Amino acid sequence: MKFLVFIEQRGGKTRKASLEALSLARTLSGGPAAAVIAGKGVSALAKDLGPYGAGTVYVADRDELELYSNKGYVGALDAAAKEEKPDAVLIAATAMGKDIAPRFAARHDVSVLADVMELRLEGDRLVGSRPVYSGKARAEVDCGAAALQIATTRPNVFPAESRPGAEPRVVTLELGEISPRARVVRIEASETKELDVAEADVIVSGGRGIKGPENWPVIRDLQEALGAALGASRAVVDAGWIDHQHQVGQTGKVVSPSLYVACGISGAIQHLAGMGTSKVIVALNKDPEAPIFKVATYGIVGDLFQVVPEVAKAVRAAKAE
Amino acid sequence: MNSLVAIAYVPDTETKIRIAADGKSIDESDVKWIVSPYDEFALEEAIRTKEAKGAGTVTVVTIGPERAKTGLRECLARGADEAVWVDSGDVRYLDALATAKGLAAVAKGRSDDFLWFGQKGVGYDESLVGPMVAELLGLPHVGNVVKLELGDGRVTAHREIEGAHEIVECPLPAVLTAQKGLNEPRYASLKGIMGAKKKPISEKKLAELGVPEADPANAKTRWRKLDLPPARQACRMIPADDPAAAAKELVRLLREEAKVI
Repeated sequence: MKFLVFIEQRGGKTRKASLEALSLARTLSGGPAAAVIAGKGVSALAKDLGPYGAGTVYVADRDELELYSNKGYVGALDAAAKEEKPDAVLIAATAMGKDIAPRFAARHDVSVLADVMELRLEGDRLVGSRPVYSGKARAEVDCGAAALQIATTRPNVFPAESRPGAEPRVVTLELGEISPRARVVRIEASETKELDVAEADVIVSGGRGIKGPENWPVIRDLQEALGAALGASRAVVDAGWIDHQHQVGQTGKVVSPSLYVACGISGAIQHLAGMGTSKVIVALNKDPEAPIFKVATYGIVGDLFQVVPEVAKAVRAAKAE
Repeated sequence: MNSLVAIAYVPDTETKIRIAADGKSIDESDVKWIVSPYDEFALEEAIRTKEAKGAGTVTVVTIGPERAKTGLRECLARGADEAVWVDSGDVRYLDALATAKGLAAVAKGRSDDFLWFGQKGVGYDESLVGPMVAELLGLPHVGNVVKLELGDGRVTAHREIEGAHEIVECPLPAVLTAQKGLNEPRYASLKGIMGAKKKPISEKKLAELGVPEADPANAKTRWRKLDLPPARQACRMIPADDPAAAAKELVRLLREEAKVI
């Protein structure tokens, strides 16, 4: 069973979610997998992939690949697939992965097991599990009649395991002319350069219970103490208290962090859909009947303006030990 | 500027999901159906583009059973000019590639400047169909669009990625997928609702569009089983009479029991 894993990098930094997919490929195949990385000046990143499971790294290192284009990056993946002839391709379900996977799949006349949270092999067939209908059900999925099996893996769900071992074989891909029609001309980082909820391992979220945008500092304090990303419920985003990029839920981002702290969030079904697969959920809410407590691991019923600062203090004290 | 907007008619996000007797689909009795919310952003942007240019048509298309026509009518009431219903007949499950092939077959015989999709259909939540259609038709695409600037024969699209926006220049025709934040969709006016009844819905049959994957035996992805997620363990409530003590206990549990900090 041969796996090929697409490795995402931005600005010369390999995405952790891609290392998770690579480790998963090694676990499933019981040996080293092939990886492909595209960008400008990315050759140096190839050897770092060995410990995560890459036996071979295909490198597409070109000036024209400095900024993302689906044509250029799908082209690199496609060139690697032509060399490697994999049975299965894994891609992290990030913004870039979600852009690449469907184009690559359609080119090969197959589809994608999208955003899987579990993946195993039955013989040489991939079987995945993925949440559907706002997380209210989960589907066990496979690739039916497909010759090439493709899955995108949800970030933060599978472990990225580094093990000592041999350096990977590096293969430089010969690419033809790269002239994407849809072309990234620049990247605008959000003004605050904040950690994005979609890739955070810890998230602290605020909801209507914070009463108004002037009270974000209370939540920010805990967020900083935990080194977390800031999340928000739809209610506060729609009220204009914070930008949509922070929204967690059905019409926001779907996240699976190790720790999700919900402050003053009642837990509407759309919100639970976005964070219900978090490993540990803490609910801080004044209403003991709030639905958020039905999914929470730990709950404190109380006034968040009293409790949250105390939690921040206790976190700092614990980290200082 | 002509736009084709593909919509999915999906269970309302508030719907209580029950598993059907076959163990791999949902029980559709008592399900309320809605136009997938991201498709509303796509439709709104197509209508605004037409309004800004003062010319063009907005066509909505969906593949589905008879009930999907209700979704098309809603879109016509909001301002789409015409609709195409692809009758899926007896087919109950279509994978993303089959859906993309069906929609690409509809788009192929037309001359739209924009092919709009929601960035995902709620329910399946796959985010696959739009880029697949682009690939099948050999068109460029920009996914996750949160802002669109119209140019001459091209657009500048702001695409949401993790913690940033990619500003993408793209010639037309192109496939675009809409992300929340792109616009605030309008509601249908009473006049719009009345007018929608007179707008045309043309009909095609999926079976005649040449989509081999519509036959379950040829599907490239399948649902083998559908079940309810395992119940999470009961919440451990920490008494909060003394907030400082409660906070300390919480942090102790997070460190020693859950081992997440």
